[in-house]
Amino acid sequence: MVAVATKGADSKKVGEVVKVSGPVVISHGLTGAKMFDVVRVGALGMVGEIIRLVGEEATIQVYEDTTGVRPGDRVENTGEALSVELGPGLLSSIYDGVQRPLNILKAQGGDFIKRGFVAVPLDDKKIWEFTATQKPGAAVVAGDVLGTVQETPLLLHKVLVPPGVSGTLSALASGRYTVRDPIGSVKTASGAEVPVRLAQRWQVRVQRPVTRKLPPQIPLITGQRILDTFFPVAKGGTAAIPGPFGAGKTVTQQQLAKWAEADVVVYVGCGERGNEMTEVLTEFPHLEDPKTKRPLMERTILIANTSNMPVAAREASIYTGITIAEYYRDMGYDVALMADSTSRWAEALREISGRLEEMPGEEGYPAYLGRRLAEFYERSGKVVVLGAQERQGSVTVIGAVSPPGGDTSEPVSQNTLRVTRVFWSLDASLANRRHFPAINWLNSYSLYLGDLGPWYSDRVSKEWVNMRNDAIALLQKESELQEIVQLVGSDALPEKEKGVLDVARMIREDYLQQSAYDDVDTYSSIQKQFKMLRNILEIGKLEMDALDRGVSLPKIVQLPVREKIARMKTTSEKDGLDVFDQILEEARTTFAGLKAEGL
Amino acid sequence: MSAPGTAAPPVPLEYSTIERIAGPLLFVEGVDNAAYGELVEIALPNGESRKGQILESRRGLAIVQVFGPTMGMNNTQTAVKFTGDVARLNVSDEMLGRVFDGLGQPRDGGPRIVSKEKQDIVGNAMNPYSREQPSEFIQTGMSNIDGMNTLVRGQKLPIFSAAGLPHNRLAAQIVRQAKVLGASESFAVVFAAMGITSEEANYFVSEFERTGALERTVAFLNLSSDPSMERVITPRMALTTAEFLAYERNMHVLVVLTDMTNYCEALREIAAAREEVPGRRGYPGYMYTDLASIFERAGKIKGRTGSITQLPILTMPADDITHPIPDLTGYITEGQVVMSRELQRRGVYPPVDVLLSLSRLMNQGIGKGRTREDHRGVADQLFATYATGKDQRALSAIVGEEALGEVDRINLRSADRFESQFVNQGYEEDRSIEETLNLGWDILSELPDRELKRIKTTFIEKYRATKQAGAKNQ
Repeated sequence: MVAVATKGADSKKVGEVVKVSGPVVISHGLTGAKMFDVVRVGALGMVGEIIRLVGEEATIQVYEDTTGVRPGDRVENTGEALSVELGPGLLSSIYDGVQRPLNILKAQGGDFIKRGFVAVPLDDKKIWEFTATQKPGAAVVAGDVLGTVQETPLLLHKVLVPPGVSGTLSALASGRYTVRDPIGSVKTASGAEVPVRLAQRWQVRVQRPVTRKLPPQIPLITGQRILDTFFPVAKGGTAAIPGPFGAGKTVTQQQLAKWAEADVVVYVGCGERGNEMTEVLTEFPHLEDPKTKRPLMERTILIANTSNMPVAAREASIYTGITIAEYYRDMGYDVALMADSTSRWAEALREISGRLEEMPGEEGYPAYLGRRLAEFYERSGKVVVLGAQERQGSVTVIGAVSPPGGDTSEPVSQNTLRVTRVFWSLDASLANRRHFPAINWLNSYSLYLGDLGPWYSDRVSKEWVNMRNDAIALLQKESELQEIVQLVGSDALPEKEKGVLDVARMIREDYLQQSAYDDVDTYSSIQKQFKMLRNILEIGKLEMDALDRGVSLPKIVQLPVREKIARMKTTSEKDGLDVFDQILEEARTTFAGLKAEGL
Repeated sequence: MSAPGTAAPPVPLEYSTIERIAGPLLFVEGVDNAAYGELVEIALPNGESRKGQILESRRGLAIVQVFGPTMGMNNTQTAVKFTGDVARLNVSDEMLGRVFDGLGQPRDGGPRIVSKEKQDIVGNAMNPYSREQPSEFIQTGMSNIDGMNTLVRGQKLPIFSAAGLPHNRLAAQIVRQAKVLGASESFAVVFAAMGITSEEANYFVSEFERTGALERTVAFLNLSSDPSMERVITPRMALTTAEFLAYERNMHVLVVLTDMTNYCEALREIAAAREEVPGRRGYPGYMYTDLASIFERAGKIKGRTGSITQLPILTMPADDITHPIPDLTGYITEGQVVMSRELQRRGVYPPVDVLLSLSRLMNQGIGKGRTREDHRGVADQLFATYATGKDQRALSAIVGEEALGEVDRINLRSADRFESQFVNQGYEEDRSIEETLNLGWDILSELPDRELKRIKTTFIEKYRATKQAGAKNQ
């Protein structure tokens, strides 16, 4: 007799708590439980997830404060992995780390988050107008568009055949449905009828499948000059913003959430300040998308697990966010996900790992930190989505990192830099002098420059790539000259080199500095960026010529046209960009008329 | 929360089965169902009684953290009573004007607080959806704060100081002068001292007394001679009181927490006693989360009148701003006011380094209708000018002032005046925001218009003309 060693086939769904330590609870008696099953702890039914199994003992991380939980309390296994609900109604919502809608929690429990509340993520009373684009009888595969719902005036929600389902569409009809009503069904090859609804569920820790990944070739235009011009991120790419506190990580992330040319923005506030979330909630409904003139909130989804909310839910919030992002990508949209801050997520990992008494890696972080970070960033990408027709979508991931003391040699920064392709290096010394965005132009890099060059040449100008390189070269030259200035003072430099310093200063102050709080300056279209940079570089050349002719630098600096250059960033693009060409014309005329002194 | 929905009924049970006493921790055997976070009462052989809290509970063992010294406890005659409830504080209006110890017991000889309202001192997290964006400008009368790093109601703005710097004076001056323009609403001060000397505590109390703020103040004092474990409780007592005053009694509460460094050290002591895997410099890995559970209790709630503004004070060990305590604090709070030893030596009071300081909520509290329309521009320009001027100062030390360009020389002079006239002010000097901004224009008066790149042209025209005339007359 061949015996297969099993420990009893029957599984028990209810067990009891045997140990509580912070967010980690150990239960006994849940036989047949699987890793990452969602369980409910105590009579409050607090949500938790199984993260370790030893015999009949299951270790559970609980997504709510465990105060009051005691040995003997009931633990019930739902048998399901942690999942999110995906469907129309996600946009404009604010969720906690495990997709509980915070507005509903407020309505249920008041201004402070009480424990054990359950709220459905999508409003199941709301009626949506569904327009079918397929007819019964059609052959469909996973990812095919069955029809559409106008989710917000900004976004047409496409209802997809869920992953793993294919066959013949046996029923489908336009009409008014809630997210839970069946809108039709698919008869699979095995003959089963699978009902299709407006909403579907997906496990957050599992990547949603795609047909194939594509190389990134289009920049995600953000309206932020230093990013778009010098260190662009591609649609479907990854970027990291490490920086000490006060250097502007959050402002940069919020600027990206406001102005990035994405169809959908998922903003994950992971272990950060409550007031920052409030700021987004207060501001975004009043901000207009520059293209469509609709409120930005209509394309935004917020995941808020602030620093004082339970730490285990913080760990989950990143996955909740990226799964929602993938869902909109599967409709063929460009999605941008901002995670602020991945360091807090890593700290949540560390805290749980410590409670599990795991052998720590560097600085107490678990040994699997690098792997988990890499897995997360790998869920980005420009892809051909599932479906019979070829459609493309993308998820761009931009992660803020908060290194202790601003020192990026620590594990979270280092592991992040290994997997991200754009590095925006925030610099405390720039922030201290209020040079914002405080992104260091010498240390930062973008590995997408080569891939994106053709796009800039075609769409903006053939000159673009050269201009960008010239500007960087000038800044590099400036930093070399500054070292000399530190020793001998700027007066000792030859006129020509003083000129270089002057032009570099124009690039720094009149181009790279950008105020997030100025109505006009907060966003520069790529065309405006081109004209601004062209003007500065052209005037730089005129200035060099003039210096060669013997015109003195102080005279050039005092030219009235210089002030116009300085005010270009606050010059509105509403009435077209001709005004920028006029500035250049004026500069040409003025410089032509400059004569050397004493001649 | 008598642990709603948990299994065992919370019948107070007594155990005399302490197996081990290590540092502030008791390991009590034979306890089967103590609730995590439950409050316990410990009866000592000599008749004294102390309080503690469950840090970890499992079948047969409960780990208790004692609030206070473990001196006099033993593992035979010491009884541990499980109360079945979490730590709570009686809150009432009677608390105003009173002084308590770090655990909320009267310290001033007055009666105990009796109240029907018993609040869980840990409290629940405020729903971000319920928060109201802080935007009311608080005039502290200090130019460095009002002008450059503005404080608003509902903000948490810590003072990063170091040994020997006058952070207490600064905090006392802010408490005395802070007001919201055009408003006469009820306010209160909640003062929590953690491990500070009795001298420092007396300074605050006598300052409050002198300025008449004492009757609007609730003080929780855990002095350096008091048990360090109480320090973990003290700020929570203070904030629970503050929440009661703000959200139940519609007051605007300013909470001063000093010194958070001592708090963090108490936290480290517990972690070490539990033999936890340490994070940076021995501080526990969850210190960020723990500090956040204190600082995030600042704020405003939609639809309620009151507010909680926090002014925590911490001393940076060895003036090091990258030390875990200031570092983690800076990541949680909405800015920081950083004190500088260099300015202190130069005789500037308050010695605040405005470049290192920051107020993240400044923008929401300033501008037209709040302070003045030119505020943002003037502040930005002062920052830029001061930063450049400081660079030029360093440079001129090497190459001499003559080697600087003309504009740079002006920047240098402006930076000097910024420190000696703008930042520097008297302990009793209460400047209005108008005075602060006009002073700012005065500092900038030497610079030509084209150098004022951060200020809108219309504001230069509107505010500069008069100021320049004024400057010339001087």
